Amino acid sequence: MASEGGVVNSAPQSDSHEFDATKTRTQGQLVMRRFLRHRLAMVSLGVFVFLILFAFIGPFIWTFDYEDVSSKSYQPMSGTHPLGTTQVGKDMLALLMRGTGYSLQIALIVAALATAIGVTFGALAGYLRGFVDTALMRLVDLLLIIPQIAVAAIVVKGFSGSWYVVALVLAAFAWMSIARITRGETLALAQREFIEAARACGASTPRIIFKHLVPNMIGSITVNATLAIAAAVLTEAALSFLGLGVQPPDTSLGVIVLENYGQFMNRPWLFWGPFIVLVSLSLAVNFIGDGLRDAFDPRQTKVRA
Amino acid sequence: MIRYIIRRLLISIPILLIGSFACYVLVATAGNPLAEMRFRPGVTEADLKAAEAALGLDKPVFIRYWDWLGNFLSGDWGQSIALGQAKTAVFPAVTDALWTTGRLVIGAELLALTLGVSVGVLAAVRQYSIFDYLATSTAFLMFSMPIFCVAVIVKNYGIQFNNVLESMGLDRWLTTAGPRPGGFTGSFGEVIFKYTGTFLLPTVALMLISFAAYSRFERASMLEILHSDFVRTARAKGISQSRVIFRHAFRNALIPVSTLFSLNFGAVLSGAIITETVFGWAGMGTLLVNSVRQFDPPMLMGWLAVTATLIVLFNLIADVVYGILDPRIRLG
Repeated sequence: MASEGGVVNSAPQSDSHEFDATKTRTQGQLVMRRFLRHRLAMVSLGVFVFLILFAFIGPFIWTFDYEDVSSKSYQPMSGTHPLGTTQVGKDMLALLMRGTGYSLQIALIVAALATAIGVTFGALAGYLRGFVDTALMRLVDLLLIIPQIAVAAIVVKGFSGSWYVVALVLAAFAWMSIARITRGETLALAQREFIEAARACGASTPRIIFKHLVPNMIGSITVNATLAIAAAVLTEAALSFLGLGVQPPDTSLGVIVLENYGQFMNRPWLFWGPFIVLVSLSLAVNFIGDGLRDAFDPRQTKVRA
Repeated sequence: MIRYIIRRLLISIPILLIGSFACYVLVATAGNPLAEMRFRPGVTEADLKAAEAALGLDKPVFIRYWDWLGNFLSGDWGQSIALGQAKTAVFPAVTDALWTTGRLVIGAELLALTLGVSVGVLAAVRQYSIFDYLATSTAFLMFSMPIFCVAVIVKNYGIQFNNVLESMGLDRWLTTAGPRPGGFTGSFGEVIFKYTGTFLLPTVALMLISFAAYSRFERASMLEILHSDFVRTARAKGISQSRVIFRHAFRNALIPVSTLFSLNFGAVLSGAIITETVFGWAGMGTLLVNSVRQFDPPMLMGWLAVTATLIVLFNLIADVVYGILDPRIRLG
């Protein structure tokens, strides 16, 4: 509790009263409290939620459809088209909603898959050690020497540019860092008594991994999953920008930038619109990740930040 | 040390073999280079069969890989088979592209490293100062920036500088089409003028991207060292502040960054690919994008093999450098 001292001072009066009263709080509640008090993280969470609503609820409210080409080409910013129209006469705001939606969808799926694969492989390698460990780590070495950008490009070209193919390829290259972190933590945790006790009670390997090891690593797993979302947003955008990711007529933030960056000087809004959405998305997710890290491990803030 | 390097090289051989086989299978299953030929007027089934046999596409993938590997190792990297193209040889195409990219990347990375390390050290020494907050937030912002947007912004604003020069009655200086094949001609001054004009903007774009990672990393490792016991001992002995920072802390804080420099190769490569695409350079990025679009398996395999080998080499360099800089780590 001593580590909370600094935070209490800045908190409102009613809060510190609540704090003085002895009240049992679970680990989860403590983490939640610390996260909710992280101002930057809360603002970022607000931005993130806003972007989700913008992408998935926005299209129902907004008058134009992203496929609607009935408007005139290259309209400037106006009341009807707040961000203008593109060369073929699509409304930029509607396009942005659709693009943000796709980018978010891909990023969330990549992060979920990468975390699931990375945690399973990392925990297996760290817990079983020996042959399994060597084999899995060699697989990681192997994937690290093949440039992701090339493989993604070849797969997208050869199979299809659907968003889920892009997501699968990105996930196939995103799990390695999470696997390494999980493996390291598992190696340390597996030596502790409670794991020995679980094994003595006859718990199976999956049970030990998912019921005993994973809950003890939930902090770093959550933080790295969040950072994986940010990384996936940027990687997907970069791939699509090269024309090797999501393929038109589908759209994503990278595709929108690719199609409009030639207008940078003449119609800057066509570039800055998607740019601002992209940057605020990745900044917000990164800040949420930082806030989560501070919430799960308050000691780290004291030394580093 | 030598024994370690030899052992590491031996270990990387099977990894490279398996990696190249995986790439070969991927490229072979991803598409048929003759797919487009089918739709050409006047192409009969017999023509297709002949073309397939000429390229060896009728053989099983294992045998094709074995042939490719043998040829590759003996220096015959094959020829581009993209339709409607001159049959360029793979080896010169890949090495030319690598040379173009290399010239851009090496300069930009060295600049980024110097700048990133200086900013990181300053931010750590003056922790919580205005400079620290500025540096940290800039690094965080650049870290979350999409690379291609940085490149597009640098390119478009940078090229405006030409208009300023022209209004002053000077020649246009900055160009974006990449270095001309065959090098620059003219007097020494002109060569320098053209050289810097060609390299300045992409170098700045690439540098801005890499700089963020280096400064963040250097700041963190410098802070860790500044809080460690031996630095406190040095201070307690009465050694001057600058000597503590440069002789004791800085040297040790450089170790992790120097490995990041070589381990970062993959990230740097993709950054370079994007920067090149925006600035229209004919480097590795353009080569990859074109070979994928035209679906050219020999070119793709040459590209993948070269980059994979380079990544393995850079990882090895990272480990060796780490061992040299930090005597606590015994390689063996």
